[in-house]
Amino acid sequence: MLQEMPRKLIDESGIRLDGRGLNELRPTKIEVGVLSNADGSAYIEQGKSKILAAVYGPKEVHPKHLALPDRAVLRCRYHMAPFSVEERKSPAPSRREMELSKVIREALEPSVFVEYYPRTSIDLFIEVLQADGGTRCSGITVASLALADAGIPMRDLVAACAAGKVEGRLALDLTDLEDKGGEADVPLAWMPNLNAVTLLQMDGMLTMEEFEHVVNLALEGCKQIYQLQKETLKAKYVTVKEAVEE
Amino acid sequence: MSSIMVSRVKQKQIAQLISSGKRLDGRGLTDYREVQLEDGVIERAEGSARVRLGKTEVMVGIKIEVGEPFPDVPNEGVLTVNAELVPLASPTFEPGPPDENSIELARVVDRGIRESKAVALEKLCVEPGKKVFIVFVDIYVLNHDGNLIDASAIASLAALLNTKMFNYEVKEGEVKIKPGYTPLPVRNYPMAVTFAKISDKLVVDPWLEEEQVMDARLTVTVEKDGKVCAVQKGGYGYFTMQQVLEAAKIAREKAEELRKLVVKG
Repeated sequence: MLQEMPRKLIDESGIRLDGRGLNELRPTKIEVGVLSNADGSAYIEQGKSKILAAVYGPKEVHPKHLALPDRAVLRCRYHMAPFSVEERKSPAPSRREMELSKVIREALEPSVFVEYYPRTSIDLFIEVLQADGGTRCSGITVASLALADAGIPMRDLVAACAAGKVEGRLALDLTDLEDKGGEADVPLAWMPNLNAVTLLQMDGMLTMEEFEHVVNLALEGCKQIYQLQKETLKAKYVTVKEAVEE
Repeated sequence: MSSIMVSRVKQKQIAQLISSGKRLDGRGLTDYREVQLEDGVIERAEGSARVRLGKTEVMVGIKIEVGEPFPDVPNEGVLTVNAELVPLASPTFEPGPPDENSIELARVVDRGIRESKAVALEKLCVEPGKKVFIVFVDIYVLNHDGNLIDASAIASLAALLNTKMFNYEVKEGEVKIKPGYTPLPVRNYPMAVTFAKISDKLVVDPWLEEEQVMDARLTVTVEKDGKVCAVQKGGYGYFTMQQVLEAAKIAREKAEELRKLVVKG
């Protein structure tokens, strides 16, 4: 089943197919502590994208020769379920998934005090259950919360969001259709406390001025996501506190 | 790729020099190493080029075959980019299936060529939905002395520009090769410009030891009209927003410079 590309992705008044304005995020729901076996876990629904993340560690490294004497190794696997996309995706890791695993790890590592846990590994698993664009960003957002949920000391949460250009207009948080039918997509991850861009990619074509605007738009998205992340964590620890006091 | 040892003293020296605006090899912060380019080095390939960027050395060969198009673009040829970190190029490269470093390298180069629509893929269709030409861009790293992305992007574009397509005719659904060649239709010239962040400064074209010291890496690919067509951040550190925008501006100038070396006339 292939989705049909609609004639227009954005109407004259700047309203998108799913009813959003150009600078609006998709409805986003996040939960932490959703898997009992993992040391930390989180789940996000951003529009139709549904992603689960789990952290195991710090723990002994397997195989042992990968251990580092002065810090923990952070390992990351971004993976899409075979049923997460229109046409079944082979469960074997694709080149895209290998690249994304690398850039996601590099987006999160600046936030973690890896030097606190020498000779250990922190293993991070991101499973995309349903994909509708922006999965690397939602993946980073949810993985950062899973790390926090695992109680791993961090410099800041990492919030991620994409912005791009669709039918000549700059828009926030593209869906799969908008990404495919659009002219450019710029995913960005951001640690507000350090003014740190930890992930930045782009494909498509943008003038220098557009590039600057899109990057700033993505940054605004990250700020909103960051608020949501903080609220989610707080909400969980309020319930934990209540349970402890009872 | 990170296990080449640079002594602490040298790391410190590299970082200190850069914070005062100088580099160990005498270059300015936004200078490239010398680029040497030879094209048409492999006669068996439809196109080829060998690029030396300082001591970094990359060869690219282009092969063209007939194959099936992707179902979502039945009227277009196929472009695939693959990179091999050949074990003879560095003590840190090992034989085996491509690791994440070679996949990232290939995908960043691919993104620049694809997003700038450098190769006119719609002209590579033989029979819509059934037969198209597949352009294989194979990046072969021969010596690793840092900044493989830019060296590979230069070599890939140079190789595409010197690619000759065989003439053909279609007889009873089969592609028959005819004598003579025509150049591969190339209409854009993307150039990758890679920065390292060291001592909170941006440094263009890092060599291997600078790559060992850098906090993070940023590649900005700029096409012929000065538009950005691909970006990739790498490494465990980060960039500030100001640094990102500054890098984009420098990249535009540097891409122009590099393009003159590759695209003649």
